[in-house]
Amino acid sequence: MSYSGAVPTARSRAMVRETRHLLFTVAPGAFWIFIFLVLPSAYLMGVAFMTNGPYGLPQMPLSLDAFERLAGVGFLGWSPGNLYTLLRSLWQTLVSTVLVVIVAYPVAYYITTCREKWRPVLLLLVVVPSWTNQVIRAFGWMNLLAPETPLSSLAESIGLVAPNMGLYPSNFAVTLGLVYNFLPFMVLPLYAAFEKLDTAQVQAAQDLYASPVRAFWHAVFPQTLPGLLAGTVLVAIPAFGMYVIPELLGGGKGMMLGNLVANQFAGSSNWPLGAAGAILMLIATFIGLFAMRRIGKRLGGGEEVVI
Amino acid sequence: MSETTTAEIADKPGVHPAADEQDRANRKASSIEMQGLHKRFGRDTVALDGVDLDIRAGEFFTLLGPSGCGKTTLLRILAGLEEPDDGSLVVGGKNVTEVPPHRRSVNTVFQSYALFPHLSVRENLAFGLKMRGMPAAERHVKVDEIADFIKLGDLVDRHVDQLSGGQRQRIALARALICEPDVLLLDEPLSALDAGLRSQLQVELLRVQRRLGMTFVFVTHDQQEAMVMSDRIAVLNGGTIQQVGAPREVYERPVNAFVARFMGHDNLYPISTRQGGRLTTALGTLTAEDPGDGELLLIRPETLDLLPGKVEGDNHLTAKVAERLYRGSHAEFRLEIGDTTLQATVNNRGRHLPEIGETVTVAVAPEDLVTLHE
Repeated sequence: MSYSGAVPTARSRAMVRETRHLLFTVAPGAFWIFIFLVLPSAYLMGVAFMTNGPYGLPQMPLSLDAFERLAGVGFLGWSPGNLYTLLRSLWQTLVSTVLVVIVAYPVAYYITTCREKWRPVLLLLVVVPSWTNQVIRAFGWMNLLAPETPLSSLAESIGLVAPNMGLYPSNFAVTLGLVYNFLPFMVLPLYAAFEKLDTAQVQAAQDLYASPVRAFWHAVFPQTLPGLLAGTVLVAIPAFGMYVIPELLGGGKGMMLGNLVANQFAGSSNWPLGAAGAILMLIATFIGLFAMRRIGKRLGGGEEVVI
Repeated sequence: MSETTTAEIADKPGVHPAADEQDRANRKASSIEMQGLHKRFGRDTVALDGVDLDIRAGEFFTLLGPSGCGKTTLLRILAGLEEPDDGSLVVGGKNVTEVPPHRRSVNTVFQSYALFPHLSVRENLAFGLKMRGMPAAERHVKVDEIADFIKLGDLVDRHVDQLSGGQRQRIALARALICEPDVLLLDEPLSALDAGLRSQLQVELLRVQRRLGMTFVFVTHDQQEAMVMSDRIAVLNGGTIQQVGAPREVYERPVNAFVARFMGHDNLYPISTRQGGRLTTALGTLTAEDPGDGELLLIRPETLDLLPGKVEGDNHLTAKVAERLYRGSHAEFRLEIGDTTLQATVNNRGRHLPEIGETVTVAVAPEDLVTLHE
C-alpha cells in the first residue's frame, strides 16, 4: 500500500508532463507581458508616489504630492483645471459614444439587409479609413473645419459659431474626430449581432400583435445588445484615453486626460503627476468595464456578455 | 347538449373544465374569403395570379404545391406579412386586406419556428399575450394552461437553445395557439423534422385542431401529409389554384395533369380515339364508365389487378413485368405493354407476386378509369 504510493503512477506522470508543456507554451508570453507591461506599470505606480524633482524627474521621498496636484491643489491654492479636464474627458467619451451608436446602428442594420455579395464591400468601406494614420486623418479634419473653409463659413452664416472662429479648434471638432475615428469599432460588432438575427423573428413578433416599434424593441434590440455593449467598450475606453485627436483638433480648451498625462512627460515635465493621471485613467477604465459587465448581465438575462 | 359538451371536455386535458369552453372555441373559428388576389415580386416574378378561395370556419385546410407555386405567399398575405397588389381578403366577415399583421386575430407557426432566443420558453409563449396588454399574473395562468394542453411538461422552464427540433415545433405551435386566434396559419411546420417524429406530430396537430375547432390553414409541399391532415386541399401551381377538394376527390379525380402528377400519378396516356366509352391509347383500347371528356386517360396503380399468364377478357391487357419493388404490405410493378410502361400497385395478400420477366394480364374495372385535361 504505502509502497505503491511512493512510486509515481502513470496518471501523475502524465500530469507532470502536462504541466511542463503548459509552462513551455505559456512562459514566453508571460515573460513578455511581465517585462513590457507589469514592470513598467509597477514602475509608473511607484513614480506616482514620488516627489517631483528638477527637470520633472521623480525623486524621493515618497509623497502624495502628485495626487494633490492632480486634484487641483497647487502653490496658489485649488484650481479646477484638472477637474475640468477629467469632466471634459468623461463628457467627450459619453457624447461621442452615444453619437457613434446613433450613427452605427442603422448603418450596421442597413448592411445586413444588402445582398450577401455586397456586404463585405460595404464593411470594407467602413473599415478602410482606419487603415490611414490617425494623425493624417486628424489633419484632414483640420483642413475641413478650419476658419474660412466652406463648412466653417456655413456654420458661421447660420450662427452656429462666432464670426471668424471656424469649427476648429473646438470641443465640437474633438467630438467629431472621435465619432469618425471610432465608428468602425461599433459598426462591426453590431453587424455581427444583426447578421445572426433571423428576420422571421421580427415577423413572428408582428404576428404576435407587436407593432413595428414594439417588434423592434422586444425582438430585435435585445438581440443586438451584446454587440452594442462590445462596441461601447471598444469605443468608450480608447476614446477616454485619446491623445491625438484632442491634441490636434481641440486646441487649448479641448484638452482631455490623455493630453494632461502626455504633457507631464513632455512639456510640463512632472513625471509623478503624469503617473498619477495614468493611474486615474486606469481606475476609471476598470470602473467603466465593471459597469458594462453588470449592465450586460442584467439586460442579457443573466447571459454572459463577452467583453 | 350540455351532456355531450361535458363528455368532450373529459378527454380534453388542460383546458379548464368549464362547460362553455367547447362552445367558446367553436365560436372562435372564422371563415376566410379570398377574391382576385394578385401578388408580384419585382418586375416579372408572379407569385399569385388571381386567387379566389373560400375556406370554411373550423376547417383544416391545406395549401399544397411545389416550391414557388405561391402557397407561402398566400399564407403570408393571410398573416398580413405581405400585402396583395390586388384583390381582397375577408376573415370572419371582416375585410382585413389592409390591416397590418399585429392587428389581425391570426397567428402563424413559422417554418423556422422563429422562437426568440433571448427569451425563456415561458416568455416566448406569453409574448403575444403581453403585446396585447394582458397582466403578468393572467399570462402566467394562460401559459400553464397551454403547456398542459400541448403537453409541454417541464419544457416551459427551459431555455430555447436547450430544445430539440420537435420540442421547438410544439413551443411554436403553443405560442400561436395561446392567443386563441380566429385562424391559425402553419407554414410547413413539420418539414424540418425526421420522418418518425413528423408523422407523430401530424397526428398530434390534427387532434389539437379537432379539439379546438379552430380554422387551420396549413402549407405543405408533401401530398401525403396534405391527404392525412386536411378536410380540404387546394393544389396550387404558378400562382393559380388548380383544384380545391377533399383529399379523396383531389387524389382520385384530379382535374388536370399537373394535379395528377403532383398527387403521385404517373399512368397518364393521351387518348388517340374515342367512341362512346371506348378509349384508345398507346396501351390499347379500354372501356370506361363515365370517364369525363378529358384528353388524357388516368389509371391509378392501385386499381389494377395482375393475373398470371395471358387471360382473355374485357379491359384485360397483356404485359411483361419490367421491375418489381417489394414493400412488404404491397409491391409496386413497372409493366411494359409494347413500348409503353404502366405502374401497378398490388396489395400483398400472401398470394403469388409476379417475377421480373413474367407475362401477366392487367385487369382494370371500367368505373376506375377517369380522363382529365392537360
